[in-house]
Amino acid sequence: MSSIYRTLSGGTLRDIALACLAVWFIGLSYGAIAVASGFPLWVPAAQSVLVLAGASEFLFIGIVAAGGNPLAAAAAGLLVNARHLPYGLALPDGVTGPGPTRRLLGSHVMNDESVVFALAQEDLPRKRAAYWTCGLGVLLCWPAGAVLGALIGSVIRNTSAFGLDAMFPAVILALIVPALRDRRLRRAAAIGAAIALAATPFLPAGLPELLALLALLTTIKDRKTT
Amino acid sequence: MKDPTLFAAGLVTLSAGTFAFRFAGPVLRQRIAFPPRAERLLEVAAVVLLAALVATTGLTKGHGFAGFARPAGVLVGGVLAWRKAPFLVVVLAAAAVTAVLRLLGVP
Repeated sequence: MSSIYRTLSGGTLRDIALACLAVWFIGLSYGAIAVASGFPLWVPAAQSVLVLAGASEFLFIGIVAAGGNPLAAAAAGLLVNARHLPYGLALPDGVTGPGPTRRLLGSHVMNDESVVFALAQEDLPRKRAAYWTCGLGVLLCWPAGAVLGALIGSVIRNTSAFGLDAMFPAVILALIVPALRDRRLRRAAAIGAAIALAATPFLPAGLPELLALLALLTTIKDRKTT
Repeated sequence: MKDPTLFAAGLVTLSAGTFAFRFAGPVLRQRIAFPPRAERLLEVAAVVLLAALVATTGLTKGHGFAGFARPAGVLVGGVLAWRKAPFLVVVLAAAAVTAVLRLLGVP
């Protein structure tokens, strides 16, 4: 580990620390929201370690808490996590490995932050150092935040008086706002949201979000005409 | 959580499937080239799913409308996020607006 700190510049280390702090805080709200939605503490604790992918965990508990089928919720979560496949293809050889143990752990700590920091570095030793520092940092901060948040959340009895039910959609919205600055993405997101809302009165929980994927057809049409 | 076995199955599916996506990339790297168009489609799919979740959790409860207090809080949070307010401010503002509206008797 000491070689990692010598390899990375102070600015990069600071940026990684800030990213991990943000992850810790989102974890805090995730744990609190999970418990406020009626899940026992072990659910956010186990998910934060085993899944280790924030948006999909929010999606999973959101759909199940609304009464949706857990397998439909898992399918939605997996669609969100499918982006990790191209992430792994984009990483240069030797960042996650070598050796079976490092390859397994190195795959598990692959996330938005660790990939971004790795790709931003110039050479392989720095890419590897940034990837592992950020990946392991997130592996510590995300579950730590989730468990602390769940502990805090289980103390609060009247969640609706504190407006905690508004935190969940606000967290997800804050996470996708950078993507929504793209006009096409914004339009697809708006159409998807409208489809989900229109379907909610008629379909069991969890399916309206999956039906929203019909909005992808609008982006395919874009490519044919432009 | 009505059916613990089904819930556990969902959790294991999500965990194992996510790991499989993470593990497959570095392994397949030498063998296949992922078309940028497919990558873009995955990105759009993720945003669409999450936007749909924002809409349903922000506006509905069960099969009906959730009342005005919650969407108002989410809207304030969204505007703050758009204006690049810190994450902490966005989330606390959303909860605070909803809490205050409920205190004033807004459903």
